[in-house]
Amino acid sequence: MVQLTIISAGGGLTVQDLGRPGWKAQGLSTGGAADPLALLEAAALLGTSPAQAVIEMMGFGGCFKVDGGTRFAMTGAAMDANIDGVRVLPNSTSFLAAGATLTVGAAKAGVYGYLAFAGGITTPPIMDSRAAHLTAGIGKRLQAGDTLPLGADPDRMRAPQKLRVEDRSTGGTVRIMPGPQTDFFDQDALYAFTSTTFLRSPRGNRQGIRLEHTGAEFGTKDGLNHVSDLIVPGDIQVTGAGVPYVLLAECQTIGGYPRIGSVIPADLPKIAQAAPGTSLRFRFLTLEEADATAHTQAAKLRQLAQLCQPMVRDPHDIADLLRYQLISGATSGDDLERP
Amino acid sequence: MNTSLTEPELRPLGLDGILVRFARTLTEATNARALGFCEQVKHATITGVTEVASSLVSVRIGFDPHVTNRTCVTLAITELLASEEATENSPKRLWHIPVAFGPTYAPQLGEVAALAGLTPEQAVAEVEATTVRVMAIGFAPGQPYLGMLPPNWNVPRQSTLTDSLPRGALICAVRQLIIWAADAPTGWRHIGQTAFRVYLPETAEPFALEPGDAVQFNAVSDSAFRDIETNTDTNGGARCEVLR
Repeated sequence: MVQLTIISAGGGLTVQDLGRPGWKAQGLSTGGAADPLALLEAAALLGTSPAQAVIEMMGFGGCFKVDGGTRFAMTGAAMDANIDGVRVLPNSTSFLAAGATLTVGAAKAGVYGYLAFAGGITTPPIMDSRAAHLTAGIGKRLQAGDTLPLGADPDRMRAPQKLRVEDRSTGGTVRIMPGPQTDFFDQDALYAFTSTTFLRSPRGNRQGIRLEHTGAEFGTKDGLNHVSDLIVPGDIQVTGAGVPYVLLAECQTIGGYPRIGSVIPADLPKIAQAAPGTSLRFRFLTLEEADATAHTQAAKLRQLAQLCQPMVRDPHDIADLLRYQLISGATSGDDLERP
Repeated sequence: MNTSLTEPELRPLGLDGILVRFARTLTEATNARALGFCEQVKHATITGVTEVASSLVSVRIGFDPHVTNRTCVTLAITELLASEEATENSPKRLWHIPVAFGPTYAPQLGEVAALAGLTPEQAVAEVEATTVRVMAIGFAPGQPYLGMLPPNWNVPRQSTLTDSLPRGALICAVRQLIIWAADAPTGWRHIGQTAFRVYLPETAEPFALEPGDAVQFNAVSDSAFRDIETNTDTNGGARCEVLR
């Protein structure tokens, strides 16, 4: 077993995986990574299972060491990272040698960065998942001095990979589908909602993000007088006179605020990765259009794996180029002719 | 708004779910119908159905869109609704849960009592006299929505939210009670304190209550409550009676 030591940590580091589905009836939301696509990207790069647990870093990284060498990948938010001063590229596999220090800085674009080790984090699962669900009292924030067990790297010699990912940190138009309460809003309210450009508020966390706007109001006719009902991640609940919250992985399971629609899973990472101040707009899909976007994680992983490319390092990026033995196996030229 | 809805509404709730809503207002009868239908769906074997969950007035049927599709599941649900069974509605279990109603444990009891047209003593007596049912579990893990209290308890939520409440707080709004288990602000008012943990993540059975369970609250003195709090042999001094 390899041990990962957290030397220092930002305030938003937790262990995450794809969460624990199946407990909605008991009031426990699925939770898991705020940007699950980043876990699929890491799995595609490392050639591992997307079910493995990773470190989620909200806004800021930390310093990490391992006592056994392992490949790793950083996906999600763009965060500057280096190993003992040598730059680590995002959306690529790298190798962390025993005793070396990986330093991860602040998010430059996006919100949630992910640090995935090839063997995965192997803490004991709780209800079949290793994901911290802080509002449910499962797991905890990682702190300096914490250690985590890692599985052994299954394929240390696998060629380094890189993956070109579509940027999802700059907001833009997000596709939504109708939900059970969409028709609680009249046509004027729906029009106002889809005509408004929102800014992601500084108020947000793994449960959801608040959106700000200066446009027209779009509440429901009955205001807040609705029976509490079931919620799914992606739901956009509208409080009071039209302050929307988009709910994320760690949302509550039942709520009383009316919900105007639901962000489709394929676009939810755009919400999670929208840093405060990012502009967002919403566009309704028909139910048929929305249903057509459903894809299995397995299919998405296959697609990402096909997009991975072997990494060719630019000598310019190799700080200690002269330490490498660049020429080897030179012969005198007649080797094959010798007996 | 159609408040006397009898024909259930089927609506999408996520790419992998359908919500069956039995009404847009809460009554005991509608809640019983939702809980009954939830059981009916669980027992029916519908191909591709994953997770079935009930709420106060509705049931969400989750499905795997790669095994089945919305049309097939909708058809199966419609067939089940056509043969909707009158289910056994009597509670399987009755919980007796001690509550402290002293001023330090019930900061908003007086306020709620006044809104319900009662003295605090009468309010406590009415809570004790009403056997409430777990109408839904949710918001936070294991957290019950309990009801319904008499009509004079139709007290709205506060317009300003209370930032945080102690775990086990008995809170009240719109003829319902909640044993609070969340770490979140709420507009419900704090009228008592239990030591009952609805969610025990470290145990094999992490969720104490189930939809349909009956609950009776018993007032205890503040000193008796402190003894209950320090006694870890029981879950907040609660007693569970199995009825059927």
